[in-house]
Amino acid sequence: MFEACADPRAIEGLTWAACYLTSGKHIDFYLSFLTVLLLLAITAPAALGMGFLGATAARSHIAPVSWLGKVYIWMVRGVPDIIFFLFFVIALDQVIEYAKSLAVCADHAWPWQGLEFRVCPEAKVPLARSSAFWHQAYGFMLAVVTFAIVFGAFVANVIFGAMNAVPRAQLETAEAYGMSRAQVFRRILMPQMWIYALPGLGNLWMILIKATPLLFLLGVKDIVFYARELGGSKTQAYEYPHGDWRLWYFLALMVFYLAFTHISEIGIARITRKLSHGQATAGGDALRRAGG
Amino acid sequence: MSMTCWETIQAYGLRSIGLGENLLPRSDFTLCQQFTLIGSGMLWNIYFGVLALVAGFFLANSIALAKGARNPLIRKPAEWYVFIFRGSPLFIQFFLAYEALVLLPNEFTLFGVEVGTSWTTRAWAGALLVLFLNTAAYSAEIFHGALKSIPRGDLEAAEAYGLAGWKKFIRIEWPTMLRLAWPAYTNEAIFLFHATTLVFFSGFPAFGQMGDALYYANYFADKTFNPFIPYPIVAFYFILLTLAVTFFYGRVNRHLNRHLPSNTRSRIRLRPQLIR
Repeated sequence: MFEACADPRAIEGLTWAACYLTSGKHIDFYLSFLTVLLLLAITAPAALGMGFLGATAARSHIAPVSWLGKVYIWMVRGVPDIIFFLFFVIALDQVIEYAKSLAVCADHAWPWQGLEFRVCPEAKVPLARSSAFWHQAYGFMLAVVTFAIVFGAFVANVIFGAMNAVPRAQLETAEAYGMSRAQVFRRILMPQMWIYALPGLGNLWMILIKATPLLFLLGVKDIVFYARELGGSKTQAYEYPHGDWRLWYFLALMVFYLAFTHISEIGIARITRKLSHGQATAGGDALRRAGG
Repeated sequence: MSMTCWETIQAYGLRSIGLGENLLPRSDFTLCQQFTLIGSGMLWNIYFGVLALVAGFFLANSIALAKGARNPLIRKPAEWYVFIFRGSPLFIQFFLAYEALVLLPNEFTLFGVEVGTSWTTRAWAGALLVLFLNTAAYSAEIFHGALKSIPRGDLEAAEAYGLAGWKKFIRIEWPTMLRLAWPAYTNEAIFLFHATTLVFFSGFPAFGQMGDALYYANYFADKTFNPFIPYPIVAFYFILLTLAVTFFYGRVNRHLNRHLPSNTRSRIRLRPQLIR
């Protein structure tokens, strides 16, 4: 990056450290933090959407729809989420390729044959000749969908509880004023449920942050991947030889996550305060007394 | 040569702890093989979960008390401990612990006795240590919250009866804390068992293909390219385990609430918490 870095063997001390920390691989490492943030930025709203759908389905008056919503909510209860992560990434991939093979392949043989999953080459997603970027992007996309499905179930559970926590009398009053079911939902239930959902959603946000290292298990080149790569001991064959520094790289990741969760905690406390205004909860009462 | 299911169970039922057939099945995978090996792996999940919970319970109690201490020299370290273990991913904690344990000197002399350290990098010791410290932090937070929410009336009543200091704590405060914390603590126990599936997917390698339930499920999924059989099997086992944990903690909960009128007892409500 700098001119002085042209020959790493000739430099030492701070210059060496500066050159080392700005090497191409390190820039990739810093960019991979953006991958994590990108995952959070896409997954959080997607999971919120899935959760909202799930909770609404679970409250439905049509029995099969309500069962579907409830099964979705309960599926993550008894089973470790990491199983879902490992399962969905392969299962989604195979289902997508099987569906594509029905459309583009000449023969429609059952793809799970013996010890392999076989579809014709044209049905591969992405195609074998696609660039490495598309393979990475597809892997990331599968990870996002998987995160959204699993976290959506958790969000659905929180929102389902929050919808039930809105005082019944308020909904009945709205009905007495002649509002339709949709109007009650939109005008009374939706605005009020958030304060009841917030503690649970805040908790989920923290859990979502702490789940991001699992990207590594899903085959995405994330911060854990680079921490292992860069930290591993480098022989003299490398430009910047060093011993096993993985401990320090993981310490850096640890500090990153601690800072991230700590800042989130402060942010959530602020939002809670804001949403508590005028609510019939202990927090709302406290704000009223304080004249806030 | 195909084995009957009973022979498969004899060969692989204890494979996860290194007993029975050494070679894992390589082709013609049967349902029986998958159920047996994955079930065999559950032994590790139960081992990690039970030991971490039992040991973590004691540490959690001390940390919870330390967090409530007035002396900042006691309170601050407890707060930092809980912050570090609750604020960072368990996955990273596993990696970090493994790298740190690898760096330990191979052996050192303690009171003239040579002590080897390589065993600490093995999952049965290293991962157990991390799970123990991790669950202690989460449980300490639960217990600390419960300590703070003991009704003032209970404490005043204890004082009115002349209880003070240690006696008040051990006869009134501690049992009430446990009772209030138990529903949340039940959730913690369930999710600690779920967290045990991370062990062999983080820094800790499995030796001689001895791994937990998810390790074998992953083995089958990799070999057969079919995730639709092994993962549901491991999910099935975990639902059974979750039911067993819920049942056991429910019995304890009943015991803790036995003196209360039935309508004021605290019920266990499962709340989700996934990765830690």
